[in-house]
Amino acid sequence: MDALTSQKVTFKVFRFNEETDYLPYFNTYTLDVTHEEVVLDILNRIKWDHDGSLSYRRSCRHGICGVCSIKANGKGILACKTRLFDLVETFGNEITFEPLSTKRAIKDLIIDKKDFWDKHAAVNPYITGEIDENPVQEHLVSPLDAEKLLEADYCIQCGACHYSCPAVAINEEYFGPAAFAAAYRFSADVRDEDSLERLHLVNQEASGVWDCVKCMECAEVCPKEVNPIEKITKLHNMVFEANIAKNNVATRHAVGFAHSIAKHGLLDEGELVRYSEGNIGVLKHVPVALKMFSKGKIVLPWNMPKADKLDEIKKLVKSSSTVKF
Amino acid sequence: MKQLKYALFTGCTAKESTPEQMMSTLAVAKKLGIELIELTEASCCGASHLQDYDDFLSLVLNARNIAYAEKHALTMVTICNTCQLNTAMTKHRLDHNAELKAKVNEKLAEVGLEYKGTSQITHFLYALIDDFGLDKIKEMVVKPLSQFNIAPFYGCHNIRPSELQNETHKGHESAYTPTSLDDLIVACGGLSVDYVEKTKCCGFHAELQAPRTAAVLTGNAVAGAMDANADWMVTPCPLCHLKLDTQTHHASVAIGRDVSLPVLHMQQMVGLALGCTSEELGLKHHVTKVDFV
Repeated sequence: MDALTSQKVTFKVFRFNEETDYLPYFNTYTLDVTHEEVVLDILNRIKWDHDGSLSYRRSCRHGICGVCSIKANGKGILACKTRLFDLVETFGNEITFEPLSTKRAIKDLIIDKKDFWDKHAAVNPYITGEIDENPVQEHLVSPLDAEKLLEADYCIQCGACHYSCPAVAINEEYFGPAAFAAAYRFSADVRDEDSLERLHLVNQEASGVWDCVKCMECAEVCPKEVNPIEKITKLHNMVFEANIAKNNVATRHAVGFAHSIAKHGLLDEGELVRYSEGNIGVLKHVPVALKMFSKGKIVLPWNMPKADKLDEIKKLVKSSSTVKF
Repeated sequence: MKQLKYALFTGCTAKESTPEQMMSTLAVAKKLGIELIELTEASCCGASHLQDYDDFLSLVLNARNIAYAEKHALTMVTICNTCQLNTAMTKHRLDHNAELKAKVNEKLAEVGLEYKGTSQITHFLYALIDDFGLDKIKEMVVKPLSQFNIAPFYGCHNIRPSELQNETHKGHESAYTPTSLDDLIVACGGLSVDYVEKTKCCGFHAELQAPRTAAVLTGNAVAGAMDANADWMVTPCPLCHLKLDTQTHHASVAIGRDVSLPVLHMQQMVGLALGCTSEELGLKHHVTKVDFV
C-alpha cells in the first residue's frame, strides 16, 4: 500500500435497533483508508471485518439507485459515490456516519422513508396525457423543450435533500425539495396535461412552495446536481404565470417587492410587512415594531430613502415586468 | 499596499432597519483605509422574493446595479448575504448565457446602460480577509476581544451553493466547514466557539409565510450558541442579525426555552477590536442590548 495514498481515519457509526434499543449509541472504528475507497467500501469493511450486525442499505453501487444515502458529519451523501479522502479533506480524519434522519432510524443507518415517498407520490410524479395505444411513431420532444426540464429528471429519490431540509424537519406537512423537483419535472414537460392541477397542489399553504426557507441546503447536498431550490423558484414563477397565485401573505410578500422597487427603488420594509400581512394581520408585528422603533430601526414613511435615478428604475420595472398579479 | 477601493452596494436593510450596519461598515473602512464609493443609484436586489414573482425583472435590476459598479471600474462589495447571493447569481447567469445577457442588455439599453461582466462581486467579509488580509487586521487590533467567547453565525447565502461561492470567494470557503468568520474572530483576539447551528438557516426568509418554522430555526441558532457558552454572536448578514436580534421572544416560545444573546454585525466586531467607539458602531440600535461594551 502506498503510504501517500492511505491514512488512518476514525469512524463513529450510529447504532440503533428499534426492536431492542431504547436509545441510539455510537461504535467507533479506526481503519486505514486508501484513496480509492468510497464510503460504501468502509461500511462493507466494518460489517465484514468488525461487526456483521451493522445494517445499511446498498444496491447499484453506481450512484444511480439512491438507496445508500446516509449522513457523514451531517452532510447527506451517497455512500457509493463519496470518496473518503474528499470527506477527510472537508472534515478531517474523524468521520461520523449517521442515518439521513436519526428520528426515522429503524436499524442503524436504515431509515423509514415513508414520509418521503408519501410526499413524492402526493405531487403526481408522472406524465398525464391522452396516449394513442397504437402510435405510428414516437412522441417526439424537441431538444429545446427537453432543456426546460433543466436537471430535474436526474433526481434519484435518494432523500438527501429531503432530510437536510430544515423546513421538512420542522413542518411535517411541507412536501420538501425532492417532491418539488419532481413536481417541476412533470409540470415542465410539454407532454403533460396535468400541469395546472400539480401547480395547485404545490401552491398550498404549509405543504407548498411558499414555505421554503431559501437556505440552499438542498442545492448543496444533492449528489446529482438537481438543484431543487432552482425548481422551487421555477414553481413559484409558474404559479404566477398560470395566474393561480392565491392572494395571501406569501404571494403578496413576493409581489410587494416589485411594488416597493417601482416606488422607491429600494424596499420599503415597513410597508412590505403591511402589504403582505394586510391591515389586520400586520397588528401582530406591532410589539416587535415598537421595540425596533425605540432603537431607531424603523424608517417612517416620510423619511423613506429613495434610490438615485429612480426614473431609470421605474422605466425598467415597467418595460421588463413579465407577470401581473 | 495600494489603497483598496470598492463600489459599495448597501442593500436596503443598511438604509433602514440596521442603520448600525451602515455606520460600522463606514467606521471600519475608515480605520483600515478602504475607500468605498456608494452605489446610490442601486435598487433592491429582490432578496430572493422578487425572483419568485418575476425572475426576468430581478435579473434586469441586478444587472443594472452591477453595471453601475462597472462604470466605476470597481469590484462591487456587498454587506448583506442575500444581496451577495442574488447579485452573484445574476452575474453567474448572465456570464454563462449569452442569449440571456443580450435580452437583459436590450432592456438596460433603454436607460443607456450595458452589463458587460467586467466587475467582480464580493462581500465585505471576504474583502477584509482576501484583499486586506487577516494578518494586517491583527496588527491593527488595539482592543483585542480576548475576554469573549464569540459564536460565528455564517448565514446561508454566503456559504451555499458552493459552486457559486467558490467563484466569488476564491474557493476557500466550505459550505460545511467554513472558516472565514472564525478566522476573523481569532484575528480580533476573540475565542471562536464551535456549534452545529453556525452554518444553519436563521429562518428570516420564511418569517411571514411560515412563522413557526422561522421561529424554531431562530431559537435553535441562539440556543446552540448559548449551549456553546458564547458571550455573544456575530454575523456578516444583516437579515440574520435582524432575526436573531429582534425575534427572540417568538423563538423562545417556539422552542420552549428562553433564548437571547447579543448579536453583532461582523463590522461591529472588527470595529470594537480596532478601537472604534460604541457610538461609531451604532451599538445603541440593537434590540437585544449589547451590555458588555
